[in-house]
Amino acid sequence: MMMLPDPSVLFAQFLGGLTAAMFLFLIASGLSLIFGVLRVLNFAHGSFYMIGAYLTWQGVQWLAPAPERFWLAVLSAAIAVALLGGLIERLLLRHLYIREELYQLLFTYALVLILADGAKVLWGTQQLSVARPPSLTGSLQVLGATLPIYNLFVILLGPAIALLFWFVLKRTAVGRVVRAAALDREMLSALGANVGWIYTGMFVVGSFLAGLGGALVTPVKSIVPGMDVEIIVEAFIVVVIGGLGSFWGTFLGAVIFGQVLAFGILVVPRFSIFAVSALMAVILIARPWGLLGRPVR
Amino acid sequence: MTVLRRTPWLLIVFVAALCVPWLGSRFYTFLATQITILALFAVSLNLLLGYTGLVSFGHAAYFGIGAYTCAILMKSYGVPFLGAFAAAGVMAASFGLVFGFFCVRLTRIYFAMLTLAFAQIVWAICLKWNDVTGGEQGLPNVPYPELDWLSSLPGFGGLRAGELFYLVALTLAAVCFAVLRRIVQSPFGRMLTVIRDNPERAEFIGVNVRLYELAAFAVAGLFAGLSGALFAIFNRGVFPDFAYWTRSAEALIMTILGGMGHFWGPVVGSLVLVVLNQQITSYTQYWPFVLGTILIVLLFAFPGGILGALHAGRARLPGWRRWPAELKPRDRNHA
Amino acid sequence: MLEVHDIKKSFDGFAAVAGVSFAAKRRQIAAVIGPNGAGKSTLFNIITGHLRPDAGRVWLAGRDITGAAPHRICRMGMSRSFQHTSIFPRLTVFENVQAAYLAHRGRGANFWSRSDTFYRDETDALIASLGLDGKADVAGGVLSHGNQKQVELGIALASNPDILLLDEPTAGMSSAETRQTIELLERLAGERSLTLLFTEHDMEVVFSIAQKIAVLHQGRMIAEGRPEDVRRDPEVRRVYLGERR
Repeated sequence: MMMLPDPSVLFAQFLGGLTAAMFLFLIASGLSLIFGVLRVLNFAHGSFYMIGAYLTWQGVQWLAPAPERFWLAVLSAAIAVALLGGLIERLLLRHLYIREELYQLLFTYALVLILADGAKVLWGTQQLSVARPPSLTGSLQVLGATLPIYNLFVILLGPAIALLFWFVLKRTAVGRVVRAAALDREMLSALGANVGWIYTGMFVVGSFLAGLGGALVTPVKSIVPGMDVEIIVEAFIVVVIGGLGSFWGTFLGAVIFGQVLAFGILVVPRFSIFAVSALMAVILIARPWGLLGRPVR
Repeated sequence: MTVLRRTPWLLIVFVAALCVPWLGSRFYTFLATQITILALFAVSLNLLLGYTGLVSFGHAAYFGIGAYTCAILMKSYGVPFLGAFAAAGVMAASFGLVFGFFCVRLTRIYFAMLTLAFAQIVWAICLKWNDVTGGEQGLPNVPYPELDWLSSLPGFGGLRAGELFYLVALTLAAVCFAVLRRIVQSPFGRMLTVIRDNPERAEFIGVNVRLYELAAFAVAGLFAGLSGALFAIFNRGVFPDFAYWTRSAEALIMTILGGMGHFWGPVVGSLVLVVLNQQITSYTQYWPFVLGTILIVLLFAFPGGILGALHAGRARLPGWRRWPAELKPRDRNHA
Repeated sequence: MLEVHDIKKSFDGFAAVAGVSFAAKRRQIAAVIGPNGAGKSTLFNIITGHLRPDAGRVWLAGRDITGAAPHRICRMGMSRSFQHTSIFPRLTVFENVQAAYLAHRGRGANFWSRSDTFYRDETDALIASLGLDGKADVAGGVLSHGNQKQVELGIALASNPDILLLDEPTAGMSSAETRQTIELLERLAGERSLTLLFTEHDMEVVFSIAQKIAVLHQGRMIAEGRPEDVRRDPEVRRVYLGERR
């Protein structure tokens, strides 16, 4: 018979799940965006996340005495990663679009290898961590659970970014063009839009999101080699659950998966890796287009 | 040029490979065994990739299943090697059928992701099912097969167990290659290439595409399992990382490196990759970086792999082996 | 030979085919025409099993084939060609046609013999009758568009069909190539006692060889009958002449 834990413990897990979900959402939305428009499943997305984290740490080191150096570092890191993504897309990835998808996937995998070792060279292999910004230290007591204020910030940031993107995609001209590119790129280029720059732009935005996610996670999780692979696997599952290419699906998938992770560990700690892959398999078998994707067979 | 074509390359390479234990040091035998076994693994993957057009990211699952089956049978049940070897293949093929049944109903990216998901499930089970698979520690001390009969032959007496096993593994792998070659040149193999080139069209000449893809899955799984069994013994132990996705990626890279448009491409890829790995890791710990760079150069400059580049240099022969890898084959999505 | 009854198919609320009934007799050369978007390709895809209709039935030689898998329907004696020429680009012309023989004669389960020994004579003969002899060893993908269409025809014929569906067989051809193709089709249809059903935009082609014509417009059939009757039908004239304005 399972003992029901204290409700405040459950609530704490719930909050933890939400926090994790928002980080996942940042990564996964970038992944989903890139896949939706470029049809490339970017394995290196986790690497961008990791680089964002490392650059943030580096930024905090360099800007040492300044009190709000955290925010500056976060922003710079995310922008740097975005630029990196843009360069990669412009100089290298675009030449592979006419090739089979396998080549694009392998290219992103090669990037994972290179970026991982690159990070090792620059920052070594020991764990690094970043302190929470002074403006967001401390915690609240909510329904018996302790919620760090920084985590609250993240939980609120996620939906804010989601709404921002939703607004841009649905209500602006730029958003319309992006949605059109996702649906029919040939038609779009026939209409005169410069599809090339749209692709680069999308890749830059997606990379920015990944870098931002990595940057913001630094006060919560320590920076280690291997965080790139760990997060990309989780991001894959999130987009599969939500539906590849669906924006709100990614949000929903992140929330669900965050809770699965949080409570899964409570319930069946030994089998969490298995459960995660099994979940992905079940969804791909039963409903490959996820919760909110477009039905494709 | 015709002189080059007439030379029995295959025979020469096989004989040369056979001679390694006498001509080279133990280390060369070690490398050669690794190359041979991984070559078989990669060729089995190419049956799916190069011949049927199916991109599988989870091929290591069958490698792992074959390895564990062989190890468990030999260690815990004392089954003689050939029996365990065959059982490994059968077990892996069965899983190929089960996983394949679900995978072939999907296309492209979903297909690839499901193959990956299944492989990760296999890996997680190997990692966690301590009673059967030994969990994280794996199954060390897998016994060598009984090879006294071989060492009693004239000339073979001075060879150590590892070298004797190399000869056995080489022979078994050669048989497997012969069988696989026969399969790809058969009408069944032709149906696979037809599916690769244009699955929609294949349906309309009467080919039950899913059934053939499932069969390809099972056959590829079978030979991957056999290679896993060989590796279990070579490695003197089986560990969960046999089924980890990086091993699938390694096989994919070998196949592309050697040339996925050629039957022997993955073999060349295995040779080059193992040797490169060995050379480079003796100088630096940054092998992934080197591998990544090689991969990128390959993707941009030599999409047909080593054999593809060699072939393009030869007299221009029409035929599918020369097909430039730049152009996308038909979209696999149905309306 | 072929009968479709009250076929309906909608995509996301748009009715591509809205209740089409049609029949083609044995050895008849029939055509389905209509402006773009009339639903011709959708109808074809339903007949060949590529799509399932929302309603209605399809009969082939008396057997109900509605919603059957394409490879089954092919085995029952129906072959087709595609609007965007669809062959096996990395195989040679010879291998393309031979593959169709192998599939049709059920050799696919053979894991052991060498595939190039099968059906050499039949394949060579078919390639010659299509006028492609010199190109048997050329990879399909590098051929000219016209040659590719011929190869596709070869693939379709190798399955020894009773009925052949052709989706815009002369699309993108010059008038010389068009005439050649039409002559070829008529000859082959006669030699092999084929029923032909094709869709076309080129009216000259349609009126020169079709014995029966069906006209589709916005998913509905607005006329059916002999060429002379269809030509004079007022509804047809309205649709076609109206469109041009």
